[in-house]
Amino acid sequence: ILDLVNNQCWNRVVCWRAVASIAWAVLLLLPITAVFVILSRFSLLHPIQTFSGQSLCSFAIFSLILMCGVIIMVGFLNLEYYTVIPTIACSKIALLGQLLHPRQFVNSLAHCIMGIIVAWCCAVTLGGRYETIGYPCTQGDGTDSSPQMCLNEYHLILLLAGAFVGFSHSLLAVISNINYVSFHTVQQYKYLRFKGSLPFVVKCSAAQALYSVRNYIVVYFFLGYIPKAWICKTLNLHLNSSVHPLDSIAGLLDLSLLYHQWISASFLLFTWNITLLLFRIFVTEFLALQDVALLSQHSPSRRCEVFSLSQPGGHPHNWNAISKECLSLLADLTQRLVAYHDTVATNGRAKSLSTGSERKTSSETSFTSATEDLMSPRPTLLLRTPASVFARFVVGTPHSPLTAPFTPDLDSPFASPALRRLTAPLDQCSPWFGTVQSPHIMRRAPKLWSTSTGERRLMEDVRSLGSNGHLKLPEASSQALFADSQAHIWALEGLSYLVQASFSEDQFGVIQTTLPSILGCMLILQEAVDRHFKLPHASSKPVRSASGMGDSTYKTLRFALRATLKTAIYRITTTFGNHLNAVQMSAEHRKRLQQFLEYKE
Amino acid sequence: MCSLALFPAPLACGQTTLCESNNELLSGTATDHRLKQSTHINYSVVLYFPRESLKLHCRTESSSKAAFLDHSETLWMRSAAAWRDGGLTGLLNEITNSNTEVPKWLSVSSGFTLALLRWFSSFHGSLFPHLTMSSENMLAEFSQVLNWSDCVVRAFAWHPHADKFAVALLDDSIKIYNPKSATTPTLKHRLQRSVAAVQWKPMCASALAVACQNCLLVWHVDPCSLSTRPSSGCAQVLSNPGHSPVTSIAWSPSGSLLVSASPMDTAMMVWDVASESCVPLQRVGGGGVTFLSWSPDSSHVLASTPSALFRVWETRTWTCERWPCVKGRCQSGCWSPDGSRLLFTVQGEMVIYVLTFGDTPGPQAAAVVADLSETTFNTADGDIIVGGEIHSLSWDPTGERLAVLLEGDPQAADRPAIIAVFKTRTNPIFELLPCGFVQGEPGAEPRMMQFHPNFQHGALLTVCWSSGRITHVPFYFLGAGVPHFGLSGSPSLPRPQERPADFANQSLFTELISLLLFFFTAFFFYITNNATLPPTVRSRSLKLLSNSKPTDF
Repeated sequence: ILDLVNNQCWNRVVCWRAVASIAWAVLLLLPITAVFVILSRFSLLHPIQTFSGQSLCSFAIFSLILMCGVIIMVGFLNLEYYTVIPTIACSKIALLGQLLHPRQFVNSLAHCIMGIIVAWCCAVTLGGRYETIGYPCTQGDGTDSSPQMCLNEYHLILLLAGAFVGFSHSLLAVISNINYVSFHTVQQYKYLRFKGSLPFVVKCSAAQALYSVRNYIVVYFFLGYIPKAWICKTLNLHLNSSVHPLDSIAGLLDLSLLYHQWISASFLLFTWNITLLLFRIFVTEFLALQDVALLSQHSPSRRCEVFSLSQPGGHPHNWNAISKECLSLLADLTQRLVAYHDTVATNGRAKSLSTGSERKTSSETSFTSATEDLMSPRPTLLLRTPASVFARFVVGTPHSPLTAPFTPDLDSPFASPALRRLTAPLDQCSPWFGTVQSPHIMRRAPKLWSTSTGERRLMEDVRSLGSNGHLKLPEASSQALFADSQAHIWALEGLSYLVQASFSEDQFGVIQTTLPSILGCMLILQEAVDRHFKLPHASSKPVRSASGMGDSTYKTLRFALRATLKTAIYRITTTFGNHLNAVQMSAEHRKRLQQFLEYKE
Repeated sequence: MCSLALFPAPLACGQTTLCESNNELLSGTATDHRLKQSTHINYSVVLYFPRESLKLHCRTESSSKAAFLDHSETLWMRSAAAWRDGGLTGLLNEITNSNTEVPKWLSVSSGFTLALLRWFSSFHGSLFPHLTMSSENMLAEFSQVLNWSDCVVRAFAWHPHADKFAVALLDDSIKIYNPKSATTPTLKHRLQRSVAAVQWKPMCASALAVACQNCLLVWHVDPCSLSTRPSSGCAQVLSNPGHSPVTSIAWSPSGSLLVSASPMDTAMMVWDVASESCVPLQRVGGGGVTFLSWSPDSSHVLASTPSALFRVWETRTWTCERWPCVKGRCQSGCWSPDGSRLLFTVQGEMVIYVLTFGDTPGPQAAAVVADLSETTFNTADGDIIVGGEIHSLSWDPTGERLAVLLEGDPQAADRPAIIAVFKTRTNPIFELLPCGFVQGEPGAEPRMMQFHPNFQHGALLTVCWSSGRITHVPFYFLGAGVPHFGLSGSPSLPRPQERPADFANQSLFTELISLLLFFFTAFFFYITNNATLPPTVRSRSLKLLSNSKPTDF
């Protein structure tokens, strides 16, 4: 029940943060629009005319309100789709599956429509030849002088450009995992972070707009007649034969038109990307595990609370809870790595067998097993997050790491009473501090896969296709294995800093009781990580691509985890030095630890 | 305030400083020197890199072009190559130069644009004069090594925990010396040119960060490996457009972050080395960042700029305080071991300033703690003038000795560069007391210095000389006990020898015993709590525990 309360609390916090970010985005819309207006009216020959007074017509105000609506919608979609554990497609087929998924289709459609709306607003703001879709014209050569409505192709081309850019944006979002929210290496104030990343957003919006417009022009050149004819038919408009059609080379090479298309697309992408950026900045403000890592590093008074004993009773409840949660988190990762390694080791023999046998089992009622290897070609836990979501859904009982080793209860680390107590004086649900104890953000696993039977069959096919080998993306499985490792990194940092501090600050020797288990846990994990990095593809660096709004932090999380783990062990060994010889542990661990004590790792 | 007049006179010619013992600096001839060092301490490696032994490559990338036959590529190819190599300026230059092949209007307009660009950059350069320097000159100007461009040893770094060090040489190679192993790995990399600084990653055995001309390299040198030439695959390359040359790097004492600075870039980069990602921390004023120093308690970072301005960043939320100087830029700085004091020097001034950081939000003004203006000493070989501008500062990890590298005047024979060592005292007030000058063999001038991070018997100063020799000068003293600054203290190494005597001899045993004691009481406690004892008994047992609680923890 507590868990549930916490969950609600966290959801409320995220919602509030999202609302705040959307509000800022809406506020920023005014200056962005002003800049857009100035840039769009800029003419090289008459720079002064750019600033000549333009009366704000009612259309412009209406379009501004529409834009606000679009921003709110984008913010809502961000909130709905964001994730801290990226969906990593382990094969190209799986990626295709993601792109063709109904939920993604709805998303793309929404982006298309919003693109059209923004483009319409742009057209109205640009005015002139773009303003309306139809205009009165006289067809023929004067004899038939009945006034008709003709299609304004300039308006249409702009609207379609908006739709195209929106659509391509939503597709790119899937490919580059744009909904993945990562955590910065350094904490900065929101304003400074925003200011720091603003130039980058401008640059990447402009670049993305350029590529989108280029692609769009090619598409329009070949297929532009289809929407043109359709619009004419439905709206009962005519084509003005005296005006040169735009889906020709001469028509498309109109520099002013190109410029306006590009600036409209940049405006569209920029407003959306700014909304996304604000959302990321607001949502990643503070989280519980991150908070443990930070408090253990920076705040002696709060550390003191961790090391304290309860009165009465004299139990180190705070420390017990923290260490238990962190250790179970790490143990879970170790188990995952070991299991992965085992499957890979037996890969050559087991694969052909397993594919066939699983086909049978999945068609039976054993639901969990089917979902567990839903996306991964191998019967492992690569994407065990959806599995855990389903499993919880179906079975309805909380898992402990013992009963379901591959479906860790991601909620538990954050709902621990100790963390709550640490922040007890603070308001539990205030947007600033409520988050400290319950980052259920971690829980928002990718929910892209629903449970309908048809889809399951589809995924089965995808899986068998992917296991053929040549369609697999190398190292993606390794990425997927470490997809949620940010939590492990924080746990490692928090634990090691606390242990380091305990050397001088722990009055009651609270930490020392758990020191053997902490060291043991870390050393086992170290061994598992070392083994994992000996696998092919695991240690190959991903190509660094800094383009686009997509965050590629998840690609390097495994390296970050490896480095953090080593640093954490060294932090403990350098602090305690030879005193560690008094700690009880197995001979194997001692040997390993001795390596660290002699700085030979 | 301390001044050089209080110092003992420099040594006569032929004498070198050997060590400090019983509160005075001992000297001897050069032969004694090696003998004494090898017998007394472990750090017997007196390294010597004669200039002749290094294979220097004098060619640069651009000059190799002339060695080939005249190329007859098409204009397009040449333009593309110029764009790739030199960017917009290179392209314009190429078009302007090949005016026979292009239309006249194109060459004229590109020449005009080029002139406009040059005029604009010269205008920018007049605001920040350092931007017009070549990158070699810039490195020499802002390096912590005296006369960097002519120095055989260009950078030196002790490992923060283990007994090994890295030396960067004039031929762009780095050697790693470990007294316990016979192999000395040599690190070479295509991008490793003009090394300005090296630093080992704390809380790690293997990672070494190197600041190069165009990028940052992080080497991972396996300490157990027997290879003498680790492949360039062991190095991570960290680069960011516009962030070169890198003149200074600093690891966070917790080993998690690396910051780097370039005088050409107004942003200071905070690197997450494992994921090779960086966060730029941009502040426009100053025109670049030249020198970085992370406080040992990891709470602050000093960042000096080429202008008369430096910043002190606090590392929780990465905000900064601006500190404008009056005369020149901040040349060097160092932090006290507990991170509460910052000593720094300003170019053009001959004094050492101190800034105190405490609980109050920031200090208000810097105070002068030492005056190093020129002082004449009469020695047997004639008058020697000591003093002047300060090139770099180094504070030993116990906070007892401060070494100051004085620039001197390379033209005048009687004004040599010299290292002055101060004793520092924090109680009752912070002050510097004279200790003495550290001198090497005749004709050798100090170029750079660094204290050993965990020398057991006091402090150990490693000095790199202009002759290519690296020597170690130990300072034997009993520390007054470092203030224990808890967790945030960076390499908070257990140093039993340096604790007060009554504390030192019991540290190990008390901890062992109290651990046992704790287990017993915890067990006992567990039983008493589970059993349904009357509350009085329980409270008594609690009292018992609090009585038997180890007090020395």
